[in-house]
Amino acid sequence: MIALIPSIPFLSFLVLALFGHKLTRKEAGYIGAGSIGIVALLTFIVATGFIKTLPQVKSYSVIVWEWINAGNLKANISFSLDALSLVFCFVITFVGFLIHVYSIGFMAKDEGFSRFFAYMNLFIGAMLILVLADNILLMYLGWEGVGLCSYLLIGFWYKEPTNDYAARKAFIITRIGDTAMIIGIFILFLSFGTVNINELMQQASEKWVTGSSIAVFTAALLLVGALGKSAQLPLQTWLPDAMAGPSPVSALIHAATMVTAGVYLIARTHVLFSLAPVIQSAIAIIGALTLLIAGFSALAQHDLKRILAYSTISQIGYMFLALGVGAWSAAVFHFMIHAFFKALLFLGAGIVILVLNEEHDIFRMGGLRKKMPVVFITFLIGSASLSALPLITAGFYSKDQILWYAFSSQSGSLVLWLAGIIGALLTALYSFRMIFITFYGEAKTEPVFKPGKIMTVPLIILAVLSLVGGFVELPASIGNIHLFSNLVDNTLPVVVAKGGENQEFLFQLLSALIALTGIYFAYLIYFKKPALSEPFSHSRINKFFEKGWGFDKLYDILFVKPIVWFSVIDKNDFFDWWSIGISRLAILLNRLLSITQNGKLRWYLMSFAIGIALILTYMLSK
Amino acid sequence: MNVFFYIAASVAIISTIMAISGRNAIHSLLNLILSLLAISVVFYLLDAPFIAALEVIIYAGAIMVLFIFVTMMLNIGLERKTEKKWLNPSMWIIPSILAAVLLFDLILTLKNVKTTTVDQHVILPKQVGISLFSTYLLGVEIAAILLMAGVIGAYHLGSQKKKVTHRFLNKN
Amino acid sequence: MLIIWEVRRKKSHIVFSIKIKGMLTVPIETLLLFAGILFLLGLIGLLVRRNMIFMLMSIEIMFNSAGLAFIIASTHWKQPDGQVMFIFILAVTAVEVAIGLALILQVYHHYKTLDADEVNKLKDNT
Repeated sequence: MIALIPSIPFLSFLVLALFGHKLTRKEAGYIGAGSIGIVALLTFIVATGFIKTLPQVKSYSVIVWEWINAGNLKANISFSLDALSLVFCFVITFVGFLIHVYSIGFMAKDEGFSRFFAYMNLFIGAMLILVLADNILLMYLGWEGVGLCSYLLIGFWYKEPTNDYAARKAFIITRIGDTAMIIGIFILFLSFGTVNINELMQQASEKWVTGSSIAVFTAALLLVGALGKSAQLPLQTWLPDAMAGPSPVSALIHAATMVTAGVYLIARTHVLFSLAPVIQSAIAIIGALTLLIAGFSALAQHDLKRILAYSTISQIGYMFLALGVGAWSAAVFHFMIHAFFKALLFLGAGIVILVLNEEHDIFRMGGLRKKMPVVFITFLIGSASLSALPLITAGFYSKDQILWYAFSSQSGSLVLWLAGIIGALLTALYSFRMIFITFYGEAKTEPVFKPGKIMTVPLIILAVLSLVGGFVELPASIGNIHLFSNLVDNTLPVVVAKGGENQEFLFQLLSALIALTGIYFAYLIYFKKPALSEPFSHSRINKFFEKGWGFDKLYDILFVKPIVWFSVIDKNDFFDWWSIGISRLAILLNRLLSITQNGKLRWYLMSFAIGIALILTYMLSK
Repeated sequence: MNVFFYIAASVAIISTIMAISGRNAIHSLLNLILSLLAISVVFYLLDAPFIAALEVIIYAGAIMVLFIFVTMMLNIGLERKTEKKWLNPSMWIIPSILAAVLLFDLILTLKNVKTTTVDQHVILPKQVGISLFSTYLLGVEIAAILLMAGVIGAYHLGSQKKKVTHRFLNKN
Repeated sequence: MLIIWEVRRKKSHIVFSIKIKGMLTVPIETLLLFAGILFLLGLIGLLVRRNMIFMLMSIEIMFNSAGLAFIIASTHWKQPDGQVMFIFILAVTAVEVAIGLALILQVYHHYKTLDADEVNKLKDNT
């Protein structure tokens, strides 16, 4: 039954792609969202069956068919389910289902309705293949599939050229990561002769020495692949521009699922990273840096979705930080909670933008609190979870766990914790800045219509999850429930904490305080006295933050300009001279030789005579 | 006997040179006939009287006459000027050089040939006839077929068909 | 060399006959050289002349010299085979001349000239 999970979305993709123009909106919506609903149900059934057999059976595998069998390379379409992929499947299908239902309402007036659902289903199918894959080649297939769907969906409204540019930018930057990843896969295959992930990890731990250069090199390559997909430093520039796609797309792909594929990859191949500690520390450092940079950038944005995009980059930075210090289950936990509240925020932002007639600038919004109460409350809950409001939101528990392990695990340090805590302050600041400017104050743009139930119900469900989702994993001082980590620890190694319970409680207190402080500051600056923020918002630093710390400009100078310069020089394609030259040479020789074919009999006779003379002289001279 | 040979040989060579370098077609052909007659003499001296007769009758008497008839029919003798224009001395250089090279090769080849010719043994027509119709009978038959093919071909190629257009197409 | 001078009286007329008896002791290289020279003269004529009748004539010269070489060989080996070959060559030459002249007639009627350089429709026109 595991094999059904990725295949149903593909089936519905085919139906929608081939017959989409014949279906009515209602039918297309049912097929599109319904297929994901069925998959969510299946996941639930499989999950219950799986949990019952824990901890004796750690994973299930099923081979669907033989894909590649060429000499040494044997790769099958086979799926394996274990705790890690179960969590990811659950999030993908469940959150995906909610987003699909939302999209029926969101895209109701769009002409590419069935095309949208076809792409979304294809995406879900590819993502499920990615997380359920048994061998790394199949995972790469899913990897590429989600990259393709991301391109298709970002550029969904393709008639607008800027959307095409954004889609292309996303594709090209993730491609850089993909190339590094496939080279890493090549090295793994060459070293061990298999592509099955479990076998690879086993052989790697046996044959490769910790810290050996080949382990470091391969781990670095896979890391670059993860960086590309998850939009971390230095490949993070595509995510803010990817907000050109519809909001459900941003919610599904760029908040909940695709950008977390990098997290999945690193968690899956964690053996490799523990064999290369220097790379693992690099992950932590990259995570820390990214969350700070993105946090500062989010503070300066005035496009609603761009704030959320930078917030996503920042939160994934937290996940990478957790992976880097070895807190595997904490990273996965934060992934799940983040999927809930970030999808919620994006869906809510979608409603706001749609209702205000495509207005993206938050400084032109305002006063929506009274006009759209449901959206306001759910958005507030989402932001609270994002800012890790203590005790009641799920975000508190997940982020707090990461912060604690950033300090206390074997490879954690005070510096990493400091980065995390400053990031938490920034998170609270920018998320409540967003709330205060968008929903409070006077209305500068009037809403055009009221959102229907089909869009608000998913919001409500996600809001509830953002609150209670954290209760499956409570730290020792509060409730000591370890449901989640018990589940995940069947697959991933347990993190060892240096400090004790009391220290943990101290740190929790600190993070709670910081979150509240951030909210208070946001209240002060953006609600009470907006004038305080005026000098800052026109300063040079603000502009620097707004442009994403100048990374786009840097890449433009480093890469884009030289390539454009070179292609201008290569206008006449001088690399093509070789092939053109050969054909020109042939034509030249033809012209030369055709002079000897002048049709005159005496000329031919002369050539006979000369030939005879030469040959006879030659033969006689021997 | 050798004297006769040398005389005949020189006559042949001189008349051939005159034949190929003449401007008037009929004159060239007549020179050629003279050359053939001289060669016939050489044949006789070479103990082949039958062949000498054949050369005169067939070669000089039939083939060359055919040439002359066709030349007369085409009236080429009147084109003196063009022949003069075409035959400037510079045209002769390269063929002469080629011929000299080949002559050189020929002489080199001939150096390795041993000299004999001692016995005189005239080969009479009877001998030739017997050899022709016993050993080389097949060749005779093929030559006959070839001649027949030549007759048919020459007739066909030589005829000029008048273009007959249907009276409907003649209307203008 | 022997020159026999005979005068015979018949019923109504007198027959004079001169017989020359003797052997040809010309070395064979000279004979073959003679044939070769004739051949080369024919070749020169073929290359130099532009009129088609002359070219055909030069070909005749070449054929003839080849036949001469055969006769020389026949004398050398004292067998009639060379002469038989010469007869065949003669037949072939006759046929070739006939057909060649017929073709020249057609060319003349078509091109109105006997210039060999005018007949160059098979020229490569690139």
